[in-house]
Amino acid sequence: MDSSIENTGFVFSKESLRKKFRWSEFLSEKIITGVAFLSITIIILIFFFVFRETLPIFKQKKETVTIESVQKQEQYGGAETSEQTNASGQEQYGVISKDTMMIENRVMTEDTVVHGSDEATVKSLMGKEWLPVSDRPRYGLIPLLVGTMKITLLAILFAAPIAILAALFSAAFATHWMREIIKPAIELLAGFPSVVIGFFALMVMASFFQNIFGYDIRLNAFVGGMAMALAAIPIIFTITEDALTAVPHSYTEASLALGASRWQTALFVTLPAATPGIFAAILLGIGRIFGETMIALMATGNAAMISANPFESVRTLAATIGAEMAEVVFGDTHYSVLFLIGSLLFVFTFCLNALAEFYVKGRLVKRFQGK
Amino acid sequence: MRIKNRITGLLFIGTTAFSAFLIIAVIILLLVIIIIGGKETFSWKFLTSFPEDGMMKGGIFPAIYGTALLVVMMSIAAVPFGTITAIYLTEYASETSFLAQTIRFAVRTLATVPSIIFGLFGLGFFIKFVGGGMDNVFLGGQLKWGQPNILWASLTMSLLTLPVVIVSVEEAIRAVPREMREASLALGGTKWETIRRIVIPGSRSGIMTGTILAVSRGAGEVAPILFTGAAYYLATLPTSLSDQFMNLGYHIYIMSTQSANVDQTLPIQFATTLVLLMLTFMLNLTAVVIRSRLRRKAK
Repeated sequence: MDSSIENTGFVFSKESLRKKFRWSEFLSEKIITGVAFLSITIIILIFFFVFRETLPIFKQKKETVTIESVQKQEQYGGAETSEQTNASGQEQYGVISKDTMMIENRVMTEDTVVHGSDEATVKSLMGKEWLPVSDRPRYGLIPLLVGTMKITLLAILFAAPIAILAALFSAAFATHWMREIIKPAIELLAGFPSVVIGFFALMVMASFFQNIFGYDIRLNAFVGGMAMALAAIPIIFTITEDALTAVPHSYTEASLALGASRWQTALFVTLPAATPGIFAAILLGIGRIFGETMIALMATGNAAMISANPFESVRTLAATIGAEMAEVVFGDTHYSVLFLIGSLLFVFTFCLNALAEFYVKGRLVKRFQGK
Repeated sequence: MRIKNRITGLLFIGTTAFSAFLIIAVIILLLVIIIIGGKETFSWKFLTSFPEDGMMKGGIFPAIYGTALLVVMMSIAAVPFGTITAIYLTEYASETSFLAQTIRFAVRTLATVPSIIFGLFGLGFFIKFVGGGMDNVFLGGQLKWGQPNILWASLTMSLLTLPVVIVSVEEAIRAVPREMREASLALGGTKWETIRRIVIPGSRSGIMTGTILAVSRGAGEVAPILFTGAAYYLATLPTSLSDQFMNLGYHIYIMSTQSANVDQTLPIQFATTLVLLMLTFMLNLTAVVIRSRLRRKAK
């Protein structure tokens, strides 16, 4: 054997064993690594560009604040500003005097008429009225926030128990053929476009629930919430089921060996062991409902009002963007406020995702490793 | 005591079974109602003709055409980038490296960002920044690219579907046996040659699944294209990248909420919903079949 190697003249040396530099290798690795950065870049770009369009609101805020303070120093205008707020407060109720009040207002603030409207914008962000298209636009986010929370609460109260129980059934009790039906069915539901669910809610569910409960307003928070629950169920089900099946067999076997029945094992051993995963599932479900646009647009009635009644129309944050963005003028205050709402949505879902990711998953792994 | 225990158990199992049953019942109900509502109007002519009488009659061909164009352009952008990212994550990055974990987190975040945010991003980045910039540089401020069109809508949609492709392809690449890679390397193949000749051909079905799932998602999403390119009604089909387009999902939304004669066009709405549902259903079914075959092969 030795001689044959010598015959070919090939000798192993440090030189021949070293990795050769190849351009194709070098380039392919660099390009692939570069492309892989894309998803990080996109996230950063989304952050940057959604916030960038929001900025004009806050810039205007600074300006108006300085102007206001200057005025106060020069004229001791404390009384005047209070009068102004009085006037604007009355304006909502006054029927006859409305126009004259408005004119007075304009005259009083003639010097800062350009900034005056923007000042009102920033102040009204915390207000209780969302009236972006009117003589005196008001951008109160409170009714939108209340509406979104109401829908989210209703949907999650319905979706979470059903999805978790169904996942428990699929993971602990179902026979093989049942699982073969349930899991593809849920996958199918996950694949339904939200506009289809929205359409179903608008045309079928709304009338159906109206017949049962007999409420007056056909499209309301309850109908929207039920439709959103349909969208959230697949997410909650899938993650919960994963968490339940990830519980080590030794847990269930120990429980069964100690004489517990199957349902006791499922309820008192498997379910508690999977709580962090179930928590993550609910968080991601909330994230889905919070940002859902089409169902909210189609099935909630889209009236911005503050009330605790589930059978009243609501307007959610996401639906507001979807309904109004197409009609606004690029770059005006309304446009910026809609981007502000987008930033709120983005930050909120980002935090939910991060929480589910780092905190909950970490705990689940630690628990199963017995730490 | 024992009987009480047994009854509680039966009740508990019954409740879980009922929940699962309820979900499936609602799914079947949804399918049946939409099929019944749409089957009268649904016909070959409905699929291939233009809307007539201010969308009161006629078909939905432009919406189907627009949706198809959208998903094709979206796939051209999303599939190569998604595949390459998946290759990086499986072949180049080490599982525990900070970079790989950051990319994974970014991908998962991208998958959970509300779809309306992609629409806002498309408006702020593609239309205003890129499109507006192109107009200023090449056309001297004349408005052509700085407004909603099918190119920006497809690119926006491709960002939304990128995670779908990455996850599917990654799973397929992991299913390629290690021995095949080792054999290739042992025969003198370099890393890139191994990826090109062994890994990518071996994960072809995964790339296929990813594409199909992405197309199904892209065909159904409406929120990202609400203000990046979808149009209410167009008399002609889009012919250039700077044209607007009609879309199935957007068509349903507009017809059922914004039109003046919602009741009269109800059959058209149901039929359009049926078309969209059938489209996504068949795509998802194909993906599920390919994937389950892949998983069986991996075992």
